[in-house]
Amino acid sequence: MSLSAIDVASPESPLEERAAGGIEARSPLRLVLARLRTDRVAIASVVVILLIVALAIAAPLIAGITGHGPTDTNVDGGTDANGQPLPPGSAGYLLGTDNLGRDILVRIAYGARISLLVGVLATAIAAVVGVVIGLVAGYFGGWLDSILARVMDVVLSFPYVLFAIVLVSVFGPSLPLTILVIAFFSFAAIGRIVRGQALSQREKEYVEAAHSLGAGNLRIMFVDILPNLVAPVIVLATLLIPAAIIFEATLSFLGLGVVPPTPSWGNMLSDAEGVGFQAWWFYIFPMLFLLATTLAFNLLGDAIRDALDPRTERIFAGRRKKKNA
Amino acid sequence: MIRFLIRRIILGLITLWVIITLVFILYYARPGVDPARELAGRAVTPALLANINKEYGFDQPVIIQYWHYLERLIPIPGHFNLGTSNTNRLPVTTIIAQAVPIDLSLAAGAAILWTVLGIGVGVLAARRPRSLMDRGATVFVLTGVSMPVFILGLLLLYVLYYLLTIHGIAIFPKPGSWTPITTNPLEWAHDLILPWITVALVIAATYSRLTRSSLLETLGEDYIRTARAKGLSERRVVYRHALRSSLTPIVTQFGIDLAGVMGGAIVTESIFGLPGLGLAVVQAIQVQNLPVVIGIVLVSAFFVVAANIVVDALYAVLDPRVRVS
Repeated sequence: MSLSAIDVASPESPLEERAAGGIEARSPLRLVLARLRTDRVAIASVVVILLIVALAIAAPLIAGITGHGPTDTNVDGGTDANGQPLPPGSAGYLLGTDNLGRDILVRIAYGARISLLVGVLATAIAAVVGVVIGLVAGYFGGWLDSILARVMDVVLSFPYVLFAIVLVSVFGPSLPLTILVIAFFSFAAIGRIVRGQALSQREKEYVEAAHSLGAGNLRIMFVDILPNLVAPVIVLATLLIPAAIIFEATLSFLGLGVVPPTPSWGNMLSDAEGVGFQAWWFYIFPMLFLLATTLAFNLLGDAIRDALDPRTERIFAGRRKKKNA
Repeated sequence: MIRFLIRRIILGLITLWVIITLVFILYYARPGVDPARELAGRAVTPALLANINKEYGFDQPVIIQYWHYLERLIPIPGHFNLGTSNTNRLPVTTIIAQAVPIDLSLAAGAAILWTVLGIGVGVLAARRPRSLMDRGATVFVLTGVSMPVFILGLLLLYVLYYLLTIHGIAIFPKPGSWTPITTNPLEWAHDLILPWITVALVIAATYSRLTRSSLLETLGEDYIRTARAKGLSERRVVYRHALRSSLTPIVTQFGIDLAGVMGGAIVTESIFGLPGLGLAVVQAIQVQNLPVVIGIVLVSAFFVVAANIVVDALYAVLDPRVRVS
């Protein structure tokens, strides 16, 4: 009895129905998704991220329901008789208010927009720039590669907070500047990986075949080589999103990022620092949301890496259900 | 070895020159900006502007300005001049000289802490993979990589300072405490414990992850089996034979981390009110005290470049392959 016969005969086998048509080919993407679906940590991370996204999308809705805008100081009733912030659960303020009587829940929802915007946009810019520069460096090699590789090394070892300080002191703090600074310091991480991969891919036979079929350099780089590099780029990008979110929060906390009164989790914490620890809710809630977001993205990135290449080491793995694929 | 070091030093000098020139272009030679007006800060008078113009020679051609700018940076006493603060009229060199001991104290203590903690936890986890200890290390690593430094600092301050103090257990000093080591070493360490932990913990997490995977890999090598077969004690095998060669990737990480440490130090100083370079630069930006910002940026760039050279030298000592190539 051959092995395939056992497979077909086994009652739980998903191959059973398709046995007549032979074994169906599954694309790498479907394989990865199948692995992720059985991974509890990955699913939990996705749920947390979706909740945060929902919070960000629903921000105006929350503001509408509570009747407090993100920058409304709610002069009547936002603070207690002594002008002190209200604790969580006070009338109409689920998570309490800050020192100016602003609704913390509404501000956190709007802050989620900033965090996600910065995280995704900065990473997307970094990924595009990193992929292009890495491909060019790795594919063409020679002096171009030496220069680009050197530049990426310098960027990676550069004290980025210091650089952000220089730019902010020259141009003044703003959201676009924050995104650009973060993108600038993230592209090299992606570029370096892509370069290394491109260096080895260009020696492969399929590149030679493309050449002999008359494909141009651009076509070989972006149509033939690029799809082979997507996996590491996706993993790295997922891990760069939380790094970007932390970076934005840190800059805003130092007063170098998103300018008040626009709420960001970072500048909310900086406001909280001015009030003092007796208003603990002013600290705890932005912290919790920030930590939940970064943790979820880190765990998801790790899970994706694991699904793409099960041999790599993983920080935190959920116990997997028995695979039946 | 000597040739390797000389090459590294030349490379460092080039990096430093690039940074110095970028700073010049951004601050003094940006088109459409009056540098004297920028340097003067908030309290501008025509006499002050005339004075600054004379001191920096802004009426001269850019090339001559650049030459004088470089001249002022030649590190000879009496020659070296970073200008004066536009708020309290102190020479910037004096302000920096006062702040540097705080940064050195912070960095030295934190570096010891993260090396011991990071490598220690990594070794413990690697010696018994999948044990309870290993799982604990995993949680530590995961928290570390997702935790923004400023949140860790605020949490430590909230729990260990605020909550303990209001319950009458005042173990940790209030933020803003700083005692020079020459005055009272015990008091010095006491004031710095929480800042040290804040800077060190996040980096220690990366280190223990690296140590664990690197040590696990080394422990699988043939020469380790040989060492065990010779009858050496497990302790000797792990610490004398395996750990040494596992340390090379960690030294590389040390170089990469320097940039991050500087960012962490800036955040930590502003949370704990430590009057170091980080706090000084953040405060200087808030009051548009440009001479102080520029001075601190230049001095920090020098420190980062110098530290990178030291790390490279250390790397060469640990790994003989680097020396000969």
